[in-house]
Amino acid sequence: MKRLASELGPPLLGVAALLLVWAIVAAATDTSSIPGPPAVWTALRRGFADGSIPEATAKSLIRLAFSFVAALLIGTALGLVLAAFELARRSIRPLVVALQITPFVAWVPLTVIWFGVTERAVVFVAIAGSFPAVTLATLQGIRQVPPLFVRAGRTLGATGWDLQRSVVFPAALPAYMAGVQQAWGFAWKALMAGELIVPASGASGLGHLLDSSQNVASELLAVVAVIAVIGVAVDSFIVGTIDRRIRARRGLLETA
Amino acid sequence: MSRAVTETLDHPAGSPASSIISVRNLSMTRTRPTGEEVPAFEHLSFEVERGEFVCLIGPSGSGKTSVLSVIAGLERPSGGEVLVDGRPVTGPGPDRAVLFQEPALFPWLSVRGNLDLALRLADVPPDEREARAVTWLTRMAIERSADLQPHELSAGMRQRAALARALACDPLILLGDEPFGALDALARERLQDIVQGVRVERAGRTTFVFATHNVREAVLLADRVLVMSAAPGTLLEEFRIDAHRPRTLDDVLIARVVSEIHDLLISQVEEG
Repeated sequence: MKRLASELGPPLLGVAALLLVWAIVAAATDTSSIPGPPAVWTALRRGFADGSIPEATAKSLIRLAFSFVAALLIGTALGLVLAAFELARRSIRPLVVALQITPFVAWVPLTVIWFGVTERAVVFVAIAGSFPAVTLATLQGIRQVPPLFVRAGRTLGATGWDLQRSVVFPAALPAYMAGVQQAWGFAWKALMAGELIVPASGASGLGHLLDSSQNVASELLAVVAVIAVIGVAVDSFIVGTIDRRIRARRGLLETA
Repeated sequence: MSRAVTETLDHPAGSPASSIISVRNLSMTRTRPTGEEVPAFEHLSFEVERGEFVCLIGPSGSGKTSVLSVIAGLERPSGGEVLVDGRPVTGPGPDRAVLFQEPALFPWLSVRGNLDLALRLADVPPDEREARAVTWLTRMAIERSADLQPHELSAGMRQRAALARALACDPLILLGDEPFGALDALARERLQDIVQGVRVERAGRTTFVFATHNVREAVLLADRVLVMSAAPGTLLEEFRIDAHRPRTLDDVLIARVVSEIHDLLISQVEEG
């Protein structure tokens, strides 16, 4: 209980401070363009009551899960290929870096041309926006495996695939997880941007709500809050927890 | 009766039938970051007999570590060759276990997991692994830490775990690259005692080649101490130590050999 308080205390304090500053700013300005916390709370409750926010959240999370799994598979496979072949690494890695630093929003108009106004366009943007981080982390993780571990593994008799499986991959895992954590954030952001720009053809996602409810600031802020909370929740409770477990097991956390 | 005999290095060219390691005219160059090639050691030849404990000692830069790397098969020499059990070394293998200066335990596995992996890689059948692991962890007095992660152990315990992992695979040869160099004095003494004990227990079964810059350690552990010169390393002199075990540094004859090797090394450092 005490530990939970010391862990959750500071972030909650930050949220409280934000709410306070927000309330002051909202009170000091025209409240229709900057609605205060109570107005957004009301909009949020309405969104949950009429089912629009839960439905959109579910839809977006399903798209996210699909895009993220696809990005992990593509990113990891490409990273392994780049790690294994020098020529592939030198020729393809710069392209992956280019893709990584290109804002994913830049892809949205193109995907609409390629896929039309469809769900596929949105998912494509999310995958393209997130797999490069996985590829680069896979590559970096494998290339930065401490030589001592590889030497030790080889003297124990590990060769070829056995050496990769027993020593190189486990040793590369923390760096890989850092890429996974980054990639999930990219996927979420790209998905929201994609949904916002590409009109809904089927069920609306959270990004679509940002578009359809454009005129009402309090509803927009309610949706932004949901997007942010999901982001923090997935990051710290799922990806972050796995990452911390891996690090703690190896003594890589200061408070293990 | 303990006795220390000093001999100079003047080997006949042929290798005795009982030798398990033959280092023949071995040379190696190292590439500096500037691209310059510098010799690490040159024209090194020596034999190690089956079951013998040999320590390579020399000032830093004399190439001790590189010699061990070549015997381990981790690096290739630029000239000459190494035979292990009559066959040229072409790569690393579980017949030659290596203890590195830092205990190279895999941090993602428990101590037991590290031993289990090593035994699996050495093709020990699954039903034997557990018993072997327990035997060696008990021998190293760390059986109660078997399920801990390496980072949870003290430095001395980690190196004991690494020694257990190396010996559990029943290697023909145990190579030690300054294995106790990073330990505090007490942990170091404990490891030295354990290694002396293992040497006696496994008389003839395991051959030991350790590199060290600690003269006392070399004289405590070794049947033979090979003294290497400053870079580029060559063999300067060989000391055969026939004192019975367990040895202590209080032994007058041990102390005399220590000071002799010490003087030789000091002269090397001053010349270099």
